[in-house]
Amino acid sequence: MTAPRQRAEARAGAAFALPAFALILALLLAPLAALLALSVTDYRLGAMAVRLVGLDNYAALFADEVFQRSLRNTFLYVAFVLPGAVFGGLGVALLVHARRRSRAFYEVAYFLPVTATLVAMATVWQFMLHPSLGPVSALLRALGFGDVDLLNDPSLALGTLALIGLWQVIGFNMVLFLAGLSAIPRDLYEAAALDGARSGPDRFLRVTWPMLGPTTMFVTITSTITAFKVFDTVVVLTRGGPLGSTETLLYVLYLEGFQYFRTGYAAAMTVVLLAFLVLLSILQARVIDRKVHYA
Amino acid sequence: MKQQQTPTSEARAAGLTLRGIVKHFGPTRVLDGVDLDIRPGEFLTLVGPSGCGKSTLLRIIAGLEAQSAGSVTIGGRSVDALPPSERDVAMVFQSYALYPHMSVAANIASPLELRRLSLFERLPLLRWLSPRRPRVMREIMTEVRAMAGQLQLEGLLDRRPAQLSGGQRQRVALGRAMVRRPAAFLMDEPLSNLDAKLRVHMRTELAELHARLGATFVYVTHDQIEAMTMSDRVALMDKGRILQLGTPSELYDTPADVTVARFIGSPPINLLEVEASAGGVIRMAGLALRAPGPGRYTIGIRPEALHLGRAAPGLLAARLRRAENLGAEWLLHAETEEGAPLAIRMTAAEHAAADALIGQVLHLSASRAGVHLFGPDGRRVAVEAAVEAPA
Ligand SMILES: Nc1ncnc2c1ncn2[C@@H]1O[C@H](COP(=O)(O)OP(=O)(O)O)[C@@H](O)[C@H]1O
Ligand SMILES: [Mg+2]
Repeated sequence: MTAPRQRAEARAGAAFALPAFALILALLLAPLAALLALSVTDYRLGAMAVRLVGLDNYAALFADEVFQRSLRNTFLYVAFVLPGAVFGGLGVALLVHARRRSRAFYEVAYFLPVTATLVAMATVWQFMLHPSLGPVSALLRALGFGDVDLLNDPSLALGTLALIGLWQVIGFNMVLFLAGLSAIPRDLYEAAALDGARSGPDRFLRVTWPMLGPTTMFVTITSTITAFKVFDTVVVLTRGGPLGSTETLLYVLYLEGFQYFRTGYAAAMTVVLLAFLVLLSILQARVIDRKVHYA
Repeated sequence: MKQQQTPTSEARAAGLTLRGIVKHFGPTRVLDGVDLDIRPGEFLTLVGPSGCGKSTLLRIIAGLEAQSAGSVTIGGRSVDALPPSERDVAMVFQSYALYPHMSVAANIASPLELRRLSLFERLPLLRWLSPRRPRVMREIMTEVRAMAGQLQLEGLLDRRPAQLSGGQRQRVALGRAMVRRPAAFLMDEPLSNLDAKLRVHMRTELAELHARLGATFVYVTHDQIEAMTMSDRVALMDKGRILQLGTPSELYDTPADVTVARFIGSPPINLLEVEASAGGVIRMAGLALRAPGPGRYTIGIRPEALHLGRAAPGLLAARLRRAENLGAEWLLHAETEEGAPLAIRMTAAEHAAADALIGQVLHLSASRAGVHLFGPDGRRVAVEAAVEAPA
């Protein structure tokens, strides 16, 4: 191929790639750059003057007790939600997958919490968990636990929010696992049956679990990110209380950015949050990728 | 067709008996009362058009599908109540059905692991607590390596199935089936995912493997050439029934049904509608045949049974449309006056002597051995002593 023709092709190629690149720039990279820029200023929403402060925001962040507590709470929340989200979703999917006629019903039922807005459903939960009126509290009393106020007890509130988060995410994960289960070739189970796999656990260990590897990885990552970003239940049900026991990263960020208008400080916080999420994704992809992709 | 060899390893072969096998899927009857006796150590092929129920029958033998009625006996033992793993049969799937997450070695070891280790001894982590596991695994791996040696898979034991060629995957699937020495092998179109050249090669390998193992092979294919070249006996199926069971030669030389005649042979048999006279005489291509009575019949003439001759009364006239040179042979495609297509097969020497030109009318005579007569119901009709052809 001649050099001018090669150049012409390169130009045409660049022209085709340009719209996509422009969109990525405008929608993904520019906001990120703006965020990074804001995080090294003392910008306050509506302020007339902006001053560069370097890494002061970050320094303040790591000295900030509220931020540290929110970080701890968020990790605790993720640790509560994640195992249930993955194994609960898998368990429900296995049960639903075995249904024939009633499968559609269970799929819809478990998927409802996903489609329902959590803010709207949170009011239902508020009623359910109400210390004197709520059926959950009544049940706990009947079981002999005495008067428990799940949302106002500092040692229970975060766990309660985690259960609500689980309630919402399981249906979504179930759908992902169901798709994974349907994609397993039937003749693998048949080969296993002839090989001598006779019990459910045998079939699960030999075929189902390994074949679900890619799905499990995806579910783990998305569930981690979802849990990391817990926000709406905190706002509606506890407002970070009692005693800051449910202050999470996103909630504190929201307070700084939109209640106290410390935009620069909130931007720094966002950068930290993003860094955590990116790190988590890379880590999980690295660790799990090697073990789950066969093709 | 296939040469007989005496099995070298100690033969483990079971006979299989199927009695009145019926299978419904909902309202559709897929198998319609199949009776079949498969002899110990024989290579039996189930052949038939796609959808005729071959795979279903094989899966019923394996225990992967339950029959609606009828019984299966393997090695004299009724297996109707037994799960697939206890029927002493191994299966090779069309897709190979290898575990994609396991190495070649682990795939081949799988049947032995599942049989010799308890569930506890196979659990992740907990298995390391078993004192006998290391010894059992060592034994298993010795057998796996021996198997790999037999199948030329030695260098591939650590690979995943995705890293293998089609032929290698096929051999791994065979290894997984062979490693536990089953009394019968069930194979469902094992060659259909291979390219044409490899398929021909694997036909020979499978036939040799059968001779070497001495085990019973039940082989499913829709390819009549595979059936003819590898089998001791062939069961030709159509619409959920066995139309004919016999050696490849029997199926070719005395087809019991027009469907059998049409299915076996390449190029396919020529079929012509004929009318028998009041005395039951049919005159066709220089032959005079006596049918049991007057009426309409279908006459089948193998392509190699047609010969070119000089124009003469009573010969079959057909216009030559196309001639294919196959090297040692020629294949002529002609059309009768009624518009029925005819295939004629001859040696290159015969073709050279005949100098048949495209568009020319050929005058064809048939040799008796390649001619078959079928009644209106499609069943073979015995042709009584042929009357003399008029000069
Ligand atoms: N699980 C099933 N459910 C419903 N119909 C089936 C099922 N398996 C096979 N069939 C039907 O049974 C018939 C025979 O199938 P099969 O035994 O696979 O044919 P073959 O292997 O001869 O091509 C086909 O018409 C097929 O559609
Ligand atoms: Mg089939």
